[in-house]
Amino acid sequence: MSILEIKDLHVSIETEQGTKQILKGVSLTIRTGETHAIMGPNGSGKSTLASTIAGHPRYKVDRGTITLDGVDVLSMSVDERARAGLFLAMQYPVEIPGVTMTNFLRTAKTAIDGTAPSLRTWTKDVKKAMGELRIEPEFAQRNVNEGFSGGEKKRHEILQLELFQPKFAILDETDSGLDVDALKVVSEGVNRAAEGGAMGTLLITHYTRILRYIKPDFVHVFVDGRVAEEGGPELADRLEDEGYDRFVSATSSQA
Amino acid sequence: MASAEMTQEELAQEELAQDLVPGQAEKARIGAPTPLAASNLRRIAGMNEEGEQLSEINPAGGPLAGAATKSHSHGGGVGVPDSSRAGRLTSYKSADFPAITGREEDWRFTPLKRLRGLDKVELSGAAPTLEVHKPIEVAVETVPRTDPRIGTAGIPEDRVSAAAWEAFTEAVIVTIPTEYDGGAEDKVVTLTLTGAGETPAASHVLVHAKRFSRSVVVLDHRGSAVVSENVEIVIDDGAQLTVVSIQDWDDTTVHASSQQAKVGRDAKFKHVVINLGGDLVRITPSTRFAGTGGDVEMYGLYFADAGQHFEQRLFVDHAVPNCKSRVTYKGALQGKDAHTVWVGDVLIRKDAEGTDTYEMNRNLILTQGARADSVPNLEIETGLIEGAGHASATGRFDDEQLFYLQARGIPEDVARRLVVRGFLNEVIQQIKVPALEERLREAVEHELNAGAL
Ligand SMILES: Nc1ncnc2c1ncn2[C@@H]1O[C@H](COP(=O)(O)OP(=O)(O)OP(=O)(O)O)[C@@H](O)[C@H]1O
Ligand SMILES: [Mg+2]
Repeated sequence: MSILEIKDLHVSIETEQGTKQILKGVSLTIRTGETHAIMGPNGSGKSTLASTIAGHPRYKVDRGTITLDGVDVLSMSVDERARAGLFLAMQYPVEIPGVTMTNFLRTAKTAIDGTAPSLRTWTKDVKKAMGELRIEPEFAQRNVNEGFSGGEKKRHEILQLELFQPKFAILDETDSGLDVDALKVVSEGVNRAAEGGAMGTLLITHYTRILRYIKPDFVHVFVDGRVAEEGGPELADRLEDEGYDRFVSATSSQA
Repeated sequence: MASAEMTQEELAQEELAQDLVPGQAEKARIGAPTPLAASNLRRIAGMNEEGEQLSEINPAGGPLAGAATKSHSHGGGVGVPDSSRAGRLTSYKSADFPAITGREEDWRFTPLKRLRGLDKVELSGAAPTLEVHKPIEVAVETVPRTDPRIGTAGIPEDRVSAAAWEAFTEAVIVTIPTEYDGGAEDKVVTLTLTGAGETPAASHVLVHAKRFSRSVVVLDHRGSAVVSENVEIVIDDGAQLTVVSIQDWDDTTVHASSQQAKVGRDAKFKHVVINLGGDLVRITPSTRFAGTGGDVEMYGLYFADAGQHFEQRLFVDHAVPNCKSRVTYKGALQGKDAHTVWVGDVLIRKDAEGTDTYEMNRNLILTQGARADSVPNLEIETGLIEGAGHASATGRFDDEQLFYLQARGIPEDVARRLVVRGFLNEVIQQIKVPALEERLREAVEHELNAGAL
């Protein structure tokens, strides 16, 4: 079993108006086999948390720690984190001209595993995973994310999740922009990857819709850079009915 | 004119217009100042049965426009950008060309100070030394300038080329015999031209592919030189010739090369320009169709590092009917003040009915401080064509792309390589000479390693 621990995380970014504090003391512990949903209103810092775990250079950690099985994650480069078993499915995957999906997937897999995958089984694995995610075979020859629709991009993020088999997957609004069918297909992909309990999932979402397909063990509500409330799956049901109003007004009345 | 169905001319224009609808990164104007909109596909302003000269300039505010563009977009005088390429002065005498000021359309991007006098001093240095690798059937001779075969492909189109024409003492002539089949890899003709020092020099090469021959000729430029070169390429009827010009010079080299090709009836010509090394390299390939049914592919690949200026200005002259041309140039840039220039002039003359042409330039900027200028110019004097189009785009390898690849476990240097290789491979794989392709892939790796310092 692996454990990803985030303790008292404070994160800021530099903007033209000066330093902006985004995360103001976030603590979270995820074990493999668990699914944690992080929910919260726009701008509450969900993507910031995800990007900080992955090591995006824009985000500065002012205080706190992130460790993976006790090893300091913050001192690792972005690619070292990925090779250590962290995977971020991005809210807005970028387009990479000139690099085909096939080439990209094989290069990444080789980097993560430290050895090139056996060509025969790899090709088979890729084909199978693409089929299950209803990705047309011709996408293998297209450039990474180039000209993909929003939904196609998200499916390809989950394709990578399935192929790279990380210890921890952070899914940043993978559900946004998906219609019901696509949402189901993508959720099944996540569930396949989590099957067997070798992966921990941090599922970031604005809506409860995806939680019908991916069942969270824990729900954390993010407001203004902090965890405002935590609970089990029932908390998600409550949010479904009530929305975030209660949290947002609570914060503004505090201020 | 039957109104129910499209005439051939309209069809041609339709296709033309579709191809001309600017791509994402491109906001080129056709037939300035009226922008070509998708809505007036059928009726290009001013286009009649005779056709009209269309030319295009970089919009001053567009992504590809530099300061130089602005100062030359309007008004008369030297370097009016929409003056026809057809009207350009040609001469064997450098004195016929006015002294270069840098304001000319043809020279506006070139850092004249770094030309080391190629445009104005006596070219008295020794020409690059020649080493030949060839099959027995192919003749390679060094001949005096009086040899009657010289001067068959074209007339110098600028002052630097004319100066070299005046100054060269000996020329190298490559002759591919009639019906010779040199398509196999071990039949490649390689001329290694090694710079003989930095005294400004002139050099002259003629490649003549005789009727129905098939061959590949590589001009491999190395070492250090300050040289103006004229390359004449004559492709007789039905011949198939590939000429690859590699510029893999030392860092201080200044090289201007005018490479003029005359393409015979039903001949196939493939021209590949590879710019990798040198301080200032300016290649100006011109291709003219001398008979119908000609087929030309022009490829270019350049990789400019900090401080390097690589300029490629090509011209395809469609003067006869039913010829086809495809131009694909791709460049990568890295480092401060790396500068590349691509200008693609394509002229479809009045008689060149049934022309089919497409030109494309793409640039990938890898670091801050590098600059790529890209200017496609398409002039069309007849409406009766198969198709004509162009595309030009300059993109950046940015931090977000790097982050994405790294977040998939790929180390930074591998990520950079992956992107650049993928980008340039489109051109490399067109060369179809495996050993050469391999060398270029290695050269690209080498550039990338150097850039990582
Ligand atoms: N690069 C940036 N420049 C300026 N502000 C930023 C930047 N990145 C994040 N922020 C700000 O930080 C705050 C948190 O942003 P973040 O993207 O983490 O929120 P989020 O919870 O993911 O929102 P959403 O639900 O819209 O995805 C917001 O106020 C946002 O504007
Ligand atoms: Mg977000």
